[in-house]
Amino acid sequence: MTATATPPSPEDLDLGGDSRARGADRGFRGLVTFAGLTVLIVLGLILVTTTLRALPAIQEEGVVGFVTGTRWAPNDDVFGTFVMLYGTLVTSLIGMIIAVPVSIGIALFVTEVARRGARKYIVTIIDLLATVPSVVFGLVGVLVVVPAITSSYQWFADLVAPVPGLQSIFGAANTGRNYFTAGLVLAVMIIPIITSISREVFATVPETDKQAAYALGATRWEMIKGAMLPHSFGGLVGASMLGLGRAMGETIAVTLVIGGSFHISANLFAPGNTMAAAIAQQWGESSGLHTDALVGIGVILFVITVLINFLARWVVRRAEIKMKGAHS
Amino acid sequence: MKLNRRAIFGTITASTLAFSLAACGGGDDSADGDGEGVSGEITASGASFPDAFYAAAIDAYADVNPDLVLTYNAVGSGTGKSEFGEGINDFAGTDSLVGDDEGIEPGSYQYIPTVAAPITVSYNLPEVEGLQLSQETLAQVFQGDITKWNDEAIAADNPEATLPDTDITIAHRSDGSGTTSNFTTFLDEATDSWTLGAGDTVEWPANAVGGEKNTGVAQAIQDTEGAIGYVDLADANASGLVTASIENADGNFTQPTLEGTTAGLEGAVVNDDLSYNPLNASGPDAYPITAPTYIIIRTEYEDANVAAGVKEFLTWLLTDGQDLAAENDFAPLPDGLRQQALDALNETIAD
Repeated sequence: MTATATPPSPEDLDLGGDSRARGADRGFRGLVTFAGLTVLIVLGLILVTTTLRALPAIQEEGVVGFVTGTRWAPNDDVFGTFVMLYGTLVTSLIGMIIAVPVSIGIALFVTEVARRGARKYIVTIIDLLATVPSVVFGLVGVLVVVPAITSSYQWFADLVAPVPGLQSIFGAANTGRNYFTAGLVLAVMIIPIITSISREVFATVPETDKQAAYALGATRWEMIKGAMLPHSFGGLVGASMLGLGRAMGETIAVTLVIGGSFHISANLFAPGNTMAAAIAQQWGESSGLHTDALVGIGVILFVITVLINFLARWVVRRAEIKMKGAHS
Repeated sequence: MKLNRRAIFGTITASTLAFSLAACGGGDDSADGDGEGVSGEITASGASFPDAFYAAAIDAYADVNPDLVLTYNAVGSGTGKSEFGEGINDFAGTDSLVGDDEGIEPGSYQYIPTVAAPITVSYNLPEVEGLQLSQETLAQVFQGDITKWNDEAIAADNPEATLPDTDITIAHRSDGSGTTSNFTTFLDEATDSWTLGAGDTVEWPANAVGGEKNTGVAQAIQDTEGAIGYVDLADANASGLVTASIENADGNFTQPTLEGTTAGLEGAVVNDDLSYNPLNASGPDAYPITAPTYIIIRTEYEDANVAAGVKEFLTWLLTDGQDLAAENDFAPLPDGLRQQALDALNETIAD
């Protein structure tokens, strides 16, 4: 009689099952690992090949000059991308300022206020907005929105003219193709993304927290502010960042309504340009150093999007730590 | 059971592959019944300026020789030339001459002039009709030196008009364009005030909006009150834009009409390689901003059938095809130049 029976190690154990099944298991692991590595390899290759291609143009200006230069003149081999950077940031910011409150409002409406039966339909309609192709948004923007909205811009500009600070931001609106219209189009495009994720996040708020707030005498808004929003803050930031990522990279819709001007202006009603739009406009007839510079713009866009993603993850983690810390 | 499913799946896959291969193998065997006329497919791309004319010509040519299928993509002179250099198209349309850094080897191409048309200066000011602009004022407007419509320089050119206090917005091409090249070359040669140089792209001032292709510029002018831009005649007419009269070399203000264009072409000097410059031509009725447009063909074609097709189409374009020009707002070539083009075509693509 043995004192203790040690079980045989896995390699010695014959669990039965034919060798074909074990082979298939190994094959499965290999395939899945390969798939995971492929993504990393592709991402790495994109970064490396674009940076190498863009090097001549970046060396021409120096990294600082390339990013902060305000003059873009391919004919003279002068490549300063600050105008495009500014345009991308401004239009994305306008898009976010318009879209985030609206999306959170829609998500709250769907989860809290709407009747149970109607929720399904509202959700379906919002998701339909996400399926509209970007170029259609651009066409509607340039053919319908631009002619109709210019007079409204001018009216608003005249309204805030006496206020000195606002006057430079909302200046003369000579054309409907400007930063603001681009921001508006972007807002409409990112609302479905932010809404659907926010909706999911709100749905995970524990019912007990909500009922507890009500039990303490909170009104619906106080319940939302006190129980739902703190719980969902991380998720909402994540959703907004996803929307921001889409807004920054949006090309064709913005190209059609941004106005293609290589001048920086504080006036939101002035035409401008974004990084993605500049690449789309000038790619066709570029050659040599000009093409390298356009690839360089792509690299900058890539890097900024990655940075924003990292920032978003960091914010979400901090918020979650704070939240869970408070709860536990 | 497993064997059965696998066998069925295998059979379906095999038969699908077999069918698709059979479908690919067919190719296009044209019924070369009458023996006349080349058959095949020709791909072309390039300038958007003459696109209205080329599209009408290709459409009409389908009745003349249905077996020769032509496609012309109006991607802009710059892209057309680079595609020509890469061998993607069989001939390219371009408004601007081939430069050194466009990827086309010298000696591998020949210019064939096809038509000409005026570049209109179209504007959007509902209250003002019959705007006249002298050459210097035009340069200053497009440079951003003059920013309001009621500026004294514009008022001096238009003593009877009441000009509003609207801001001027310049509408230009956001893509690389032969139209931009011709317009800026005119301003560069004819005026002293113009400082922005000439080329397919130019650094426009701050009060400017860009549009893609001629149609994009026409649209930008349409949606923006106080806009002024340069558009080819066909697109200006299609969008219902009002055109300004421009001062010509003789000092007369002329409208961008086909008669004005033909008057400009007649005075132009033709170079040996068949490029010519009708900009700012002399003559009392000449319209000064007349743009030539060319087709560049290869001096050597790999496929003899493609060469024959290109030659057949271009011969038609330079003979019967010229009749279509006027109804599409383009001016046909004067006889002397047309004959030179036909001779060059016959020499380059010998039978």
